[in-house]
This record gives sequence, C-alpha cells and structure tokens, in this order.
Amino acid sequence: MPEVMISARELRKSFGDFEAVRGIDVEVVRGESFGFLGPNGAGKSSTMRMVAAVSPISGGELRILGRDPATDGSRIRARLGVCPQEDSLDPELSVRDNLIVYGRYFGMTRPAVRARADELLDFAQLTDKANARVEDLSGGMKRRLTIARSLINEPDLLLLDEPTTGLDPQARHVLWDKLFRLKQQGVTLVLTTHYMDEAEQLCDRLVVMDKGRIVAEGSPAALIRAHSTREVVELRFGVGEHEALADALADLADRVEVLPDRLLLYTDDGEAASVAVHDRGLQPVGMLTRRSTLEDVFLRLTGRSLVD
Amino acid sequence: MTSLPLTARLFDYWVTVYRRTWRGTVINSFLTPLLYVVAMGVLLGGFVKADPSHLEGAGSYLQFVVPGLLAGQSMQLAFGETTYPVMGAVKWHKTYYGMLATPLRVADIALAHLSFAVVRIASSAAVFVLVMAPFGAWSSVPGAIGVFLIQLLVGLAFAAPVYAYAATLKDEGGFTVIFRLLMMPLFLFSGAFFPLGNLPPVLEWVARLTPLWQGVDLTRMCALGTWSWPAALAHVVYLGVCAVGGTWLGIRALERRLVR
Repeated sequence: MPEVMISARELRKSFGDFEAVRGIDVEVVRGESFGFLGPNGAGKSSTMRMVAAVSPISGGELRILGRDPATDGSRIRARLGVCPQEDSLDPELSVRDNLIVYGRYFGMTRPAVRARADELLDFAQLTDKANARVEDLSGGMKRRLTIARSLINEPDLLLLDEPTTGLDPQARHVLWDKLFRLKQQGVTLVLTTHYMDEAEQLCDRLVVMDKGRIVAEGSPAALIRAHSTREVVELRFGVGEHEALADALADLADRVEVLPDRLLLYTDDGEAASVAVHDRGLQPVGMLTRRSTLEDVFLRLTGRSLVD
Repeated sequence: MTSLPLTARLFDYWVTVYRRTWRGTVINSFLTPLLYVVAMGVLLGGFVKADPSHLEGAGSYLQFVVPGLLAGQSMQLAFGETTYPVMGAVKWHKTYYGMLATPLRVADIALAHLSFAVVRIASSAAVFVLVMAPFGAWSSVPGAIGVFLIQLLVGLAFAAPVYAYAATLKDEGGFTVIFRLLMMPLFLFSGAFFPLGNLPPVLEWVARLTPLWQGVDLTRMCALGTWSWPAALAHVVYLGVCAVGGTWLGIRALERRLVR
C-alpha cells in the first residue's frame, strides 16, 4: 500500500455565506503528481490553503501526512514545501538570504542551511544572482526562487498554487522543466492550475473543479477519452454566423460547441470532417484540426472555458 | 514543541533585516537626540529660568527636558516599527504568509516582530543615554542604566497596542490618523516639554492619564534621582498592562488576519 499523503473526505470551506469548497473527496499517495484544474474561483486555492495547514477547514475531514491540521499544523508544515500563488519573498533581502532565513524557520542549522541554499541556487539557476536583492529580479526568477525556497527543508510533499501564472511562455517552460525533474526524483507534487497544458505536462492524475465541487477525476489522457473525442476541428466564420451554422454542421460531428468566436466540431476524424465542411460549400475564415485537450474536457463538463 | 524555540527561529531573519538597516538607524539615533538637546535643552532652555521646584526637581530645563525627549523618542520609534513594517509583512510583501507556511505559528511571528521592535528601541535608547551623559542629564550611573531599562517597557507598552491596531488595518490610511491624532498630541502634551502643573486642572488630569506621561515621569524620576516608589509602581503597572494586553491583542488580531 503506498503511503497516503493527503486524504480529504467531504472537505468544505466557507467564508461567511460563501461556500468556496463544497464537499470534495481527494486522496494523494506518495510519489504522485496530482493536479487541481479549474477556472478562477473554482475553490482550488482554498483547498490548497487547507492542505497547507494554514486555513482551518469548515467541514468534513482532512488528514495530511496522516495528521490532523487542526491540532498538528506546525508538525505538518515542517514536512511541506509551499509555493504560494503570490510571492511572499522578502524583497529587501538578497536571494541567498531569503533561502537562508527560511531554512532557519524549519530549525535547520546554519551550516546545513547554507549548503542547502547553494544547491538550490544551482537548481534554480540563480547562483549568479545570489547576492542580488529580490526586488531586482524578474518575475520568472522570483518564481524560481519561491520554488527553490519551498524545497529548502527537503519536503515530503510539495504544494504549488498556480506556479506559472503571470509568466511568459519561456519562463513557464523553464519552470516546468524544474518541476519535471522534481517529479522524476519522486517528490510528491500537488498543484493547482488553470492552464490545461500545464496539467497535461505535469500531472499523473487530476481533478477538475468547478464552483467548489469536483466534476471529474482521472489521468489527463483518460479524462480526454472519457469526456471528449480524439480530435477537434475549430472553425471561424464571420461575427454572428456561428450560432446559425451550428445546426447546419451538427451531423458532421459527435458534438458541436458554439463559442463566441468559433465553432468546435468534436469528432474522431478531423480530416474527414474538414473535407465535409468544404463539400457543403462553406468557406470558414479560419480552420484548424487539433487533438482534444483538457480545455475541451472542461468545456464539456461545465459549459465554460477555463480562462475567461 | 514549546513556543520559545519556534519564536527563536526568527532570530536570523530579524538579524538579517537589522544588518541591512543598522547604519541609518545608528546615525539617526545619534543625531536626533543631539539636535533636540541643542535646540530645546541648550538654546530654548537658555531662556527658561524657572525655579527648580517648578521643574519637578530638575536643576535646569535641559535636565528636565532630556528624560521627556527620551521617552517621547521611545514612543515614536515604537509607532514607526509597528505600523508600516506590519502592513508590509501582511499586505505588500506578504512575508508573514511565507513564515506561516513553515512550522512557525502566528504567535511566534508576532512575538518575534515585537521583540525586534524592542531591540530597535533599546539600541536607540542606549545611544541616547550615552550622547546625553556629557550634558549632565543623568544624576548617577545606576540612574542612567535605569533610564535605559525603562525605555524597554515604554517601547513595548506602545509597540504592542499599535501592532494590534496595524494588524487589523486594510490599508495604511489609518496610520496617518494615529500619527496625527495620537502620537503627536501625546508627544507635545504628556509632560515631556513642560511641567503638567502648567496645564489647567482638567487638562492636567487628562495628561496624567496618558500612557506617555507614565513613561516620561518614570524616566525623569530615574534620571534626576527623585524616585518615588508609589508613583513608579503605578507607572510600571500601567505600562505593563499596555505591554501585556497589547501583545495579547496583537497576536489575536494577527491570527484573525492571517488564518482564514
């Protein structure tokens, strides 16, 4: 039996009258890379803060590393690494000092924390910037430093809340590479994201959250198999034409989805569907055939896009 | 796990912060009292030819005003250390949230920050006491040491309640309010610059109830060697209640702010 790192049953979180998390069941085992996928406001960050043992649960049951966060928060946090959505670095201290003081919070000795800081600076490609002040770093560098900092105590469980939100594509790929290496080393990763490509790259298994509930669970590939077709044809017509054309094309695909700016034809054979569109004399402004992604799964399950 | 070792884990953080800023602090804490004492003690005091019996036992206006200036400085530093830096740690830089993601608890974070504020106040007070010694401000060496120790209490008595207030604020607008409506009037009218007996009776009693007067009188009695135990005890209890009660409120306010 693999060790259970997180176990939540009917987990709830309310802020006043607002229910951010409405009874979710989650289990994450050691070595797994697990994701919460959903749009802003789905309850991902509230869930993460409860799992990080900094936010008291409003209902249900939660065990992290086998302990109850209500009574053992400090001991749980001693074994966690947390990369929050918003940077909480000290901007006036140097890059290295940020790592060193943080290691001290975990009770590491000064020599141990110095050695660990050097390793992590290397891992995060920040050795050249070790003595720079954090406020002088780029957004991507700050994120890398935040992730490096979350590894200072060699955590059993690494929690990443929207790790690449706000980064440019290149910086995101650098970060994904770093996270992928950690995953290869067997670190248990739990992350939230509203980027489906991020979830596909990094997660062995994920849950799709919407309005505080889990609406689907599985590996990225299994979710796509279960909730979408193999391929998607995206068609762009003139403004306002999409709605009317949806009915005309309905028989060409398993399912047709109308978005404000395009039509999506869900089919297992995109090539054949594209040809059929042309055979009917339609001239879309743009046409693209692609594989189904988690974005399509989300659209199917909730009727909405991930990034609004 | 007890509270003490966890709080102590923040020691290196605050040392690092201090190492970055101590130069400015030392120059500031050296220059400020010097400028004040020259302007108020020597130049303004030169015009004050009051009978020592009207100066609460001080032989000169300089001896009268220096303890008041010191207590006032301790109060002002307490406000400074527990307003904007707290807003920064909660809202602007979120460093408190970073700390809270580790084994540290809210109480550890608040206690360490308040301890740092007291250390800052103490170091400035030490410089002040040394700079004032050649001016004949202290009646004896034990008196000078006592004056220094009293500033730790005065400092915490202001730092802790202001910290509690800062932890509840959503934005920094509330700081301007307490600087203008609380700190400045206290500094000017709590007996630092003139004997409270000069005030009309009602205002005199109001002034005697302010926290800064407790600190001013305690510091002055110790500096001049006019120590009265009943008065001193009352001041210490008053300031002690502010310090302990404020600390309790501060931890509670921070808990409500950070743990949601």
